[in-house]
Formats: sequence, structure tokens, C-alpha cells
Amino acid sequence: MKYAYYPGCSLHSTASEYGQSTEALCHRLGVELAEIPAWNCCGASSAHTRSHLLSLALPARNLALAEEMGLDIVAPCAACYNRFATTRHALAGDEVLRARVNRAIEMNYRARGRVVSLLELIVNDYGLDRLSREVSRPLRGLKVAAYYGCLLVRPPEATGFDDPEDPQSMDRLVEALGGQAVPWAYKTECCGSSFSATVPGVVLKLVNDILATARAAGAECLVTACPLCQANLDMRQAAVEKQYHTVYGLPVYYFTQLAGLALGLDPGRLGIRHHLVESMGLLVAKNLA
Amino acid sequence: MQTINLTELEGARQGFIAEVNGASGTDVNSCYQCGRCSAGCPVAYAMDLQPRQVMRLIQLGLKDLVLEADTIWLCASCLTCSTRCPRGVDIAGVMDALRMIAVKERRPARIKDVPVFHDLFLGMVRATGRSYEVGLIAGLKLATGNLRRDLDLGLRMFRKGKLKLLPQISGAGAVRRVFANVARMEGGEG
Repeated sequence: MKYAYYPGCSLHSTASEYGQSTEALCHRLGVELAEIPAWNCCGASSAHTRSHLLSLALPARNLALAEEMGLDIVAPCAACYNRFATTRHALAGDEVLRARVNRAIEMNYRARGRVVSLLELIVNDYGLDRLSREVSRPLRGLKVAAYYGCLLVRPPEATGFDDPEDPQSMDRLVEALGGQAVPWAYKTECCGSSFSATVPGVVLKLVNDILATARAAGAECLVTACPLCQANLDMRQAAVEKQYHTVYGLPVYYFTQLAGLALGLDPGRLGIRHHLVESMGLLVAKNLA
Repeated sequence: MQTINLTELEGARQGFIAEVNGASGTDVNSCYQCGRCSAGCPVAYAMDLQPRQVMRLIQLGLKDLVLEADTIWLCASCLTCSTRCPRGVDIAGVMDALRMIAVKERRPARIKDVPVFHDLFLGMVRATGRSYEVGLIAGLKLATGNLRRDLDLGLRMFRKGKLKLLPQISGAGAVRRVFANVARMEGGEG
């Protein structure tokens, strides 16, 4: 299994542990990730507010580079994945628009290769049955709220690999790793990460709603597949606790970290100590690290 | 109470609807005001106009009310509304269209930091090919004068190795050409 790998800007900075654990997990599973040479930012949450053409052209250049490699493209970041899936969907069915975008990027993107999120790669392409056979340290007794966020499963016509209201893939992954996925209602509620630097009041309220709901459902931690969600829920947790006079202490893991742990990888290789909320204690208490 | 003569506005109304439909690729006239977009919107509680009200005001052609509302800058683009709309209206796409029109017409925004953030973000991508958090945060502080916000958090992030002091530069020449091509094509030459 080999993919054109698009780490995206976050995995090289604020979410370096997502990049580290992605590479460690894929290496362990024999999934080859060939990083796209000279990839550019997908434009994420800004380009679509300024120019429709730019919001398609920035992702399309990366999609065209992956196509030149002859590989399907995988993006671990939900925001990058969303832009890629949206762009592919828009251009696959519209030759006029595709020609226009190709003029903007000075390349010839044909919309042939697949766009997959890393979660989809592990759950569907690799397969949960196969993965569960590799588990050497099951996440026994770990109660996890699987948090998908907004961009991984929407819009359904472009993403399509899971249900937009009650997705299950990450819950099934947690179960396949031996953990317990708690049923809860805020799986796809937005955490407001695009306002993290600009409208802090909104962010604190949305993050508090998510953490409070996860705790009420009995979760001891959250698991996510988005570096923007993880950053928001982890880094803003202290400010949320202060504002709402409560203590959560809920670690927010990447699914690649929990999968890596269950497969016996060393926590040091998975970057778990890089989180701002203390995230090792729970794992030690459950004999997982 | 303000009185608005809708008959006099008819020409402008049709023009505004066509502009929003063209920029968003959706049909605002399909909205039948069920309110599902507003019920599910995570930021509706902070908006001056509910998404449903924005849709109705566009249909009525009340352009100024819509383009100067906080709502267009508070929409988080989470796509909950577009996913749930029983009429298939891409409400999040409409919000994008309204932001573009508001910027083009230099409409004042009370939620100032959001459009400033998007300008800075895209400026970084244009210059280096990638986004660059430290530059973005520094630029935002200078542009908004809010120097102290998140200073503690920035230091904690730095200690955890989550901030890179120098920008990564990748594909910058090609990306600058993409920006230039888009500007030229949107100027009517493409």
C-alpha cells in the first residue's frame, strides 16, 4: 500500500505529534507514505472566504502533483482533506471549471485519483479486522469519546466515507483496539477552531460544550482525527476550565497515537508528551504506557 | 419602526440575488424558512441575524442589512447548515459569497479581526507557499493592537515544540503564479 502523502502545514508545526504518530503507525503497518514534493498550503479556512477560484486552485495544485506521482492522496488533517475532497468533487463533474482551474495552476489535473483521509485509509483501505490482529496492548478499560469535528464528514456528497450526523468509523476503530467508545451527541459539533485566534469567547463556549458532553457521557479522554480540533480542545482546555469554573483534565489524543500504543509502539515515538493537557497519567493508570 | 418600500427596491433586489447565486453556486430563492440551519448552527447564539434571517433578507433584497451583519463574519464554515438543509441550499456557500461581496464593497465589519486574519493568512501562503503560525500571530497582534492576547499560551506551545520560529518555504514560486493567475482571471481576462 502506497500513497501520496500530504502532511499539511499543521503537522509540521502545532500538530507535530500527529505527523510523528502518523508516520510511526504507517511504518508499523507497512503503509508507504511518499511525501508530495513542494506541496503548498491548501488554503484551509481562509481561501474560500475570499475567492472561489483560489479555494479550488490551491488544493488542485497538490492534487495534480499527487496525480503525477500516480498515487491516491492521503491527508491526515481534516481541514486539508475537506478542501481536497471538495475540490475533487467540484472538478470531477465539471470540465469547464476544471479547465479554468488548470489554467490557474498551469497544470493538467484530471480528477482521476482518490482523495482519502488518514482515518479512512486505516479503517477501510487497511481494514479493522487486519488491524485488530496486530494489537498487542489492547486499550482495555479506556473509555473514549470519538470526536470527528465538522470537516471530516461534511459535505457528505464530497467526503462520503461516513455518516455526517452519527459517524461510526473512529468508534469502531477504538473498539477494534480493545477500548470502549462511549455513545455521545457531540461527535460532529464544530469546535470553532477557525476562530481560535480571533473570537476567543465563541471558541471557549463551543469547546466547553464538547468537553462537558464528553464527560457526562462517561468518557475519560477524547480521540480525534483533526489537528485543528485537537489543538483547540487541548490547548484551550485550561482557559475553558477557568472561564466555566470546572476541571476537566481530559486528554485529547490523535487516533494515530491510540492505535500506535495498542500496536505496542513506544509513547515517546507517538508524541503524547507534547500535549498541553497532561496525557500520560491516564495511560499509565490503565497499564497502557 | 423603519419603513422599507420593497417595490422600489425590485431592480436592486433581483441584482443582489443574482450576485449571491452566482458567487455561491446555489439558489437562495429555494429557502422556505424552515429554520433548520439556525437550529443546528453552533454559533447562532452569538449572531445578530440568524442564518435563516440572512436567507430571507437576501430574498427581500435588503443588501445593507446582510452585508453589515456580524453573522457573515461569525459563521464558522462548519457546513452543518448546508448538510441539513432540506432544500439543498448551500448556506455556508452563501456566507462565503456575502463575505466576498462585503470585502469587494469595503463594507465595515464589527468583527474586525476575522477579515484581517484571512488577509494575513493568505498573504503568508502567497509569500511562502505555506501557512506560518508565528508570523500569523505576530501579524494579527500588530494589525489589531491586541498584543497581550494568548501570550501565555504561545509560550506554553513553544516549550512543547508546537511553534516553529521560521517559516517553511515550499513551492512558493508556483503558488505566487497561482495567486497572480487567479487575480488576472477574476479580473475578467480568463
